[in-house]
Amino acid sequence: MNARTFAWFVGPSVLMMLVFIAAPLVSVFIQSFHVTSPVLETVEVETCTPGFAAQICETETKTRPLLDDAGKVITSTEFVGLQSYRNVLELSRVADVFAKGNWSGLLAIDFWKALRFTLTFTFITLPIMLSTGLAIALAVNLATERIKGQVIFVSLLPFIITPVIGALSIRWLFIGDGILTALLEWWLEADIAMFAQAWTIEILMLFYRVWHVAPFAFIVLYAGLQTLNMDSIESAIIDGASRWQRLRYIVIPHLMPLIVFLSIIHLMDSYRVFEEIVGFASESHVISLQWITYDFLTPDDAGNRSISRASASSMLTMIGIAIILIFPLRQTWRDYYGRKI
Amino acid sequence: MYVKRILAACAVAVLGTGAHAACNYDNQIPVSMSAAAFQAWKSAAAAMEECGNFSAELNQEFQEKQAAGFAADPSLYAIGGVANSSLVPLQDAGLIRPLDDLVAEFGQQLAPSQLIEIDGQVMAIAMMVNAQHLMYREDILNDLGIAVPETYEDVLAAAEMIKAAGVVDYPLGGSWKTTWLEFVNMYLGYGGSFFKEGFQPNVNNADGVAALEMMKALSAYMDPEYLVADSTYTQQQFQKGKIAMANFWASRAGAVNNPAESEVAGKIKFASAPAPVSGKIPAATLWWDGIVIAKNISDDAAEAAFRVAMEGIDAEMAAANPDDAIWIIAGFTPGEVASGAAATAANGARPYPASSHMGLMQKAIANNIAAYLNGEKDTMTTLADMEADYIVSAKEAGILQ
Repeated sequence: MNARTFAWFVGPSVLMMLVFIAAPLVSVFIQSFHVTSPVLETVEVETCTPGFAAQICETETKTRPLLDDAGKVITSTEFVGLQSYRNVLELSRVADVFAKGNWSGLLAIDFWKALRFTLTFTFITLPIMLSTGLAIALAVNLATERIKGQVIFVSLLPFIITPVIGALSIRWLFIGDGILTALLEWWLEADIAMFAQAWTIEILMLFYRVWHVAPFAFIVLYAGLQTLNMDSIESAIIDGASRWQRLRYIVIPHLMPLIVFLSIIHLMDSYRVFEEIVGFASESHVISLQWITYDFLTPDDAGNRSISRASASSMLTMIGIAIILIFPLRQTWRDYYGRKI
Repeated sequence: MYVKRILAACAVAVLGTGAHAACNYDNQIPVSMSAAAFQAWKSAAAAMEECGNFSAELNQEFQEKQAAGFAADPSLYAIGGVANSSLVPLQDAGLIRPLDDLVAEFGQQLAPSQLIEIDGQVMAIAMMVNAQHLMYREDILNDLGIAVPETYEDVLAAAEMIKAAGVVDYPLGGSWKTTWLEFVNMYLGYGGSFFKEGFQPNVNNADGVAALEMMKALSAYMDPEYLVADSTYTQQQFQKGKIAMANFWASRAGAVNNPAESEVAGKIKFASAPAPVSGKIPAATLWWDGIVIAKNISDDAAEAAFRVAMEGIDAEMAAANPDDAIWIIAGFTPGEVASGAAATAANGARPYPASSHMGLMQKAIANNIAAYLNGEKDTMTTLADMEADYIVSAKEAGILQ
């Protein structure tokens, strides 16, 4: 393909990426170093609000933003350097924790609490997702042709469901005396409250995520299995290789590029874990890094939001994803170029 | 779409029964409204719809939509449905207009207690109030010979007796998903105030400790999943007879005794919100919901919007939907459902202290209190963290230097 044709083909997509990905990213990057706030004046305000028989009047000192001639709020933007990052990371408290050796104190700081959950979530779901996907793929591969279609369809169902809806349905199955909690209580003859402590909620979240993403791993690995060289398998059988040895030395090496691909996608996706927190309404017990960004962005009742800290927090999430992707990406690089870097 | 369909259905239902007289004039200028999506607003919007040329957007994201919609010129909405706190951003940004002239011309029927005045100007018209107050199972309290609790110490004693008798799953309930509000109520009940001179935070004190400890004591008698319990969940716990008492929203008083939904209809009675200890004011705050009119619309459009709004929140609408809310509309006398909220107000509960800095304080409370109730933080750390979080966001918002 000559350069001109190539440019015409990728041009629109590059333009879209610049406008919708690169530009917002630069804007978030810049905002994370600045704080914009309204210019305020302090005033005494008498407010009368409804009671039952009569109004209740109170005089309070409040702040009020100054308006310009056009009736717009006057704001001032200030360069604050890394202050927003410091506010998110709370490094002085972390230093305090290290000094006192009080490790549980670290998990009382929002960012580190969320990081702890996000990392355990990411790294526990990864192997379970891969092994479940592989198990389903192998099983379907062995199933007779007659039922293959139906099995594939059923296995893919969880992947089709919108994540938030899936999380909500798990929540409704388990919250209070939900059907499955009631069943567990009857079976174990114990009083069970799945949403009363963090670890049970985390187990539900892990379960939900594996349930949701394993079909994707399955379909990718199943496609991979179709390209397996049957000659190698047959020679292995003749050489007396057991089923396990065939899997270990022929099938898995053959699927390795796909497994790395799945891992990269999964690491990126699960480091951004968010639907589970919102769907399970678990913010009192478990929070994730993306949820922190969301919380900064959500206006409080009086309409304040922390754009700068939200920006800093999303930059930190990007940096986190970049760090955990270094290893699988380095692996891919080696596979392609066959040399160490 | 969905909302419109509901509205259309409501309007048809109302017209069909003939219980509700139609609007007494034809509105010519298009009027639109943005408000929250609970039943009271649906009823009010259905009544406004009868005047014609009216459209409403009712949903839970109304607050974010209002801020942007009212800032447009001309404003996207003529009428806004707001509460104590959601009035603050619109008022601060100068996006709503004083209503004194309109009240003089078209609002003669309004009761003085419906007017929300800021620095002497009418800025909003209230249609309902809401407060958390004590709801209790009268049959259980009578059977066990327990007097209706007046303080939280009484509540704890009663809860202990109900627990010992084992008549319900959990003696206490509560919509503690919004734990920050429970803390605000309790802290104000103990007599605390959230700010010192110059908007400095003030929760790390004896009242703060007392409020936290009382909350922890109460939580021991609740469903262990209390931190994810929202209002609907608590309402269902009442309806299914799983809880005996809760400091719960007046707006749900109709539902807990609704025979169509509740297994214990008629057995739930209402009383004033308990005071933390005797001699203090009830641990509850008063909330209101009402309408504001946009600034960035023509005077004619504002007049049309105000007239439509007055039709929507009139006594006829309240009489047709008596259990939807604690209406404070002139010409309508609320019944049993309002008794708890009225007693709470009579005992001296204060309005929710909505302001920009209180919004920040609320978030600081919300982000720390669960960790205390879960046992991850002790009292002093929790209160110190609330203050520290507030200071960070107040500096960002330009309130503190």
